[in-house]
Amino acid sequence: MSASAEHTQSEAQVQAAASPRRRAMTPYLRTVGAIVWKDLRAEIRSRELINSMILFTLMTVLVFSLALELDADARQNIVAGVLWVTIVFAGILGLGRSLASEKDRGSLDALLLAPIARSALFFGKMIGNLLFVLVIAFVLLLLLTVLFNVTLFKPYLVLMVLLGSIGFTTVGTLLSSMTVHARARETLLPILLLPVVLPILISAVRASTGILDEMPSEDWMPWVQLLAIADVIFLVASYALFDFVVEE
Amino acid sequence: MTHAIIEVGKLVKTFGVNPVLRGLDLDVPRGQFLTLLGPNGSGKTTLLRILAALARPTSGTVRIGGWDLPAEASQVRAQLGVVSHLPLLYDTLTATENLMFFARLYDLPAGERGDRIEAVLRRVGLWRRANDVVQTYSRGMQQRLAIARAILHDPAVLLLDEPYTGLDQDAAALLDELLREVAIAGRTVLMTTHDLRRGHALADRIAILSRGKIAFDRLTDEVEADTLPALYTDVTGTVTTR
Repeated sequence: MSASAEHTQSEAQVQAAASPRRRAMTPYLRTVGAIVWKDLRAEIRSRELINSMILFTLMTVLVFSLALELDADARQNIVAGVLWVTIVFAGILGLGRSLASEKDRGSLDALLLAPIARSALFFGKMIGNLLFVLVIAFVLLLLLTVLFNVTLFKPYLVLMVLLGSIGFTTVGTLLSSMTVHARARETLLPILLLPVVLPILISAVRASTGILDEMPSEDWMPWVQLLAIADVIFLVASYALFDFVVEE
Repeated sequence: MTHAIIEVGKLVKTFGVNPVLRGLDLDVPRGQFLTLLGPNGSGKTTLLRILAALARPTSGTVRIGGWDLPAEASQVRAQLGVVSHLPLLYDTLTATENLMFFARLYDLPAGERGDRIEAVLRRVGLWRRANDVVQTYSRGMQQRLAIARAILHDPAVLLLDEPYTGLDQDAAALLDELLREVAIAGRTVLMTTHDLRRGHALADRIAILSRGKIAFDRLTDEVEADTLPALYTDVTGTVTTR
């Protein structure tokens, strides 16, 4: 079937269907929403990221569970550490591919060609990554509850997972956009990311341990506050820096 | 006098210490189809990336539609459509989903998106495959969809960076037909290619870029297609097989 045979609309009709209105820049939230919609739609269809992240999560939890099978106390004590280490490493798998796949197929240029705020592109990608990490975190909480016999679905712990994931994906999305042009980006991203997310990781583990051990809230609340402050700092820094990161 | 929609003055771009563009001057009047020829490394793609606001010039002036680059990049991007040798599409989405995504990025009114997408898909002959995922498309079909994406927001200027790369003869002929129709609609087109005959056949004007500068610039009426390969060799010092 030739293209010409299927041409049923003239150029005049095509142009008539175009809006004469031309805005200099697409509204911010609409841009963020469009990018999140696209990332979710593409992922639901391909399941490229989420499958590998879930498989990694499952394998990690099983290894920890089997290694510590005979020592119930040890399992109880390290559950917060297992939770956050698994979230971080499974998250790195997703963060690494999120922008790299855009770069490899050239669609990163298509995004940068659109009349959108660069920071809206950042927040669109970051929210998409955050949703994937939260799916992993939910699966992880379920697995740890069953295999470690510890109740993890506590309101404050869920809040901690949300705050920690926001900080981690914010830094991760920014650094993955910085390393996306590098040849050794798969190894470069974790090397750069882990030292930067250390404050987030330490705060999250300390607060999670306090919550799980049912300590008084004054013992772990400062860690929650520190984590919230770190999130705000990383979000503002990413908003300010992303323009320069993607500039050629 | 025809007003230039693309105005480039004394454009310099260096990567590290390596100059790629060395004081390039170029004006393209509204509605003109300009083919830009040149050997690899002559700076064609760099020039297009600067015009597309994807790269910053080291020095010099660039204005598109009266807007300055890089200061007014958003205004420039809103009136540009770009097609490269990569389709710049999402292969796990359908053609409609791809175009719906870009319609949102270009802020087409929600009530008009469906009609507009149907119009451009019919235009490039892909309406019947609108709901198929792009990874099932041939290379030629992907390139036609790339053109649909590029004209979706009805841009005044089309930048085409070697759009024929990887196409077979039939797909290239279809693309010829499509580009002619897109150009006839009054858009300004700047295309880079290594295909001298095709570039000559499509364009109103031919320029040759060599060592970071425009070394040859004529209307196609003033240049015989048969003499173009020899002329190209004289200007660039390289031989072309097409």
